[in-house]
Amino acid sequence: MTIIFSIIVFAMVLIVGFHVAPLMTWVERRQCAFIQRRVGPNRVGIFGFTLFGLGQPIADAVKLLFKEDGNPSYVQPFFYFIAPLIPSVTGLAALMVIPFGAQDTFFGTVFSPQVLSVGAGFLLFFAMSSMSVYGVTLAGWSSNNKYSLLGGLRASAQMISYELGMGLSLIPIVLIYQTLDLQQIVYAQSHSYLFGFLPDWGIFRAPVSFFIFLITIFAETNRLPFDLAEGEAELIAGFLVEYGGMRWSLFFLGEYAMMFAFSGLISCLFLGGYSLPYLTHESLIHIVQPILGSFGSIAVFLIEFATLIVKMSIIMLIFVQVRFTVPRFRYDQLMKLGWVTILPLALINLFVTALVLGYSSFK
Amino acid sequence: MIYSPYYNVLVVFIALIGIITLISLLAIFLGPKKENQAKKEAYECGIPSPHTAQQKLSVKFYLVAILFILFDIEVIFLYLWALNFQELGWFGIIEIFLFLGILLVGYLYILQTKALDWES
Repeated sequence: MTIIFSIIVFAMVLIVGFHVAPLMTWVERRQCAFIQRRVGPNRVGIFGFTLFGLGQPIADAVKLLFKEDGNPSYVQPFFYFIAPLIPSVTGLAALMVIPFGAQDTFFGTVFSPQVLSVGAGFLLFFAMSSMSVYGVTLAGWSSNNKYSLLGGLRASAQMISYELGMGLSLIPIVLIYQTLDLQQIVYAQSHSYLFGFLPDWGIFRAPVSFFIFLITIFAETNRLPFDLAEGEAELIAGFLVEYGGMRWSLFFLGEYAMMFAFSGLISCLFLGGYSLPYLTHESLIHIVQPILGSFGSIAVFLIEFATLIVKMSIIMLIFVQVRFTVPRFRYDQLMKLGWVTILPLALINLFVTALVLGYSSFK
Repeated sequence: MIYSPYYNVLVVFIALIGIITLISLLAIFLGPKKENQAKKEAYECGIPSPHTAQQKLSVKFYLVAILFILFDIEVIFLYLWALNFQELGWFGIIEIFLFLGILLVGYLYILQTKALDWES
């Protein structure tokens, strides 16, 4: 039974991961259109039902699948072929680390809605997100194109620079909750209150960490204002120049899956994860159990799943809003921001958190 | 064999690699095949391409990579300390601040030698 539950959860997360990229392309185009006072894609529909153009992503996916698989003659074949697989595999694997609900028992079997619940917790997530750099770098290097090479190099230098700030900004969270396990962090956030009334979320405990982490995930996922790796204005499309068809879209699948996974991580660490504010898992069970009986725990799981998806979607909308609001950085400004501003800021944040926590717990 | 949740990581990875490879292979068989010489050229700018871009790179990139390794190891040490924060108490805080202080001297040296100055 446990194995069946694990496969169900794996399939669920996989379906969510595969649907993020097409849906987000539509959301992005619509939101961009509204910001620029246009209408955006709203025509494609199925049997006359346009639903604000929600048929567009389906049409795009079909088009990409049936497109010619370009095969340029000057690329390094092996690396050129495996490069798009790396971001998509690591992006989807990172999504597996996120807990989509509390552990509970369904029909007498333990059910854990987190596919990879290991002791290393979000360090495993970092391993995945760092590995996705290889895809971009290999794509840039193996394409044998100047623009690709520049894009790949920039991406690797930028991602490793911002990884330091990202790693350092989460240490206050480890100091506060004393664990790396995301499930336990979410439990701690939903079961206690700050000053008696605020939910004990990471954003209230460590607001500076939240903002540093939010900035660094923009750089880690290669999103504007930090998308120097594929800046259209200067590098055409950077590391994507020589790619087309399905392989091109695998990069985007990976990018959006990674963005979604990062939204999940930020929700779990700073925004209470799958928990509703002021309602713990136990009290939810207590409310639902009398109405639905033994199906109560399934209903609670669905509520928690929906809560987390809503929180992640809000972060995704912030991603899109920032993309169309903030202009792109220059490369030297980007590196300077990472090394000279974010790194010292994260260290100071760490010092202050350690001193305050040390003072309050050891006296 | 002793069961460890880390085997799941391997299983998930193999499954994902299988699925993604399947998708990319599917695209190869579904798409049309119309080849011509212009399509195979590198997408650069009108003039004939040198067909390679793998040449000498700016030393700045290597510098950033080396600095990254130094500071990343620092971050890993900090995670170990952060997990044992309550047991180590003030001793841990003072020790880690000393460690960070030594690294901070290195960081200031890097700033002073303009290793992070991308304009030059």
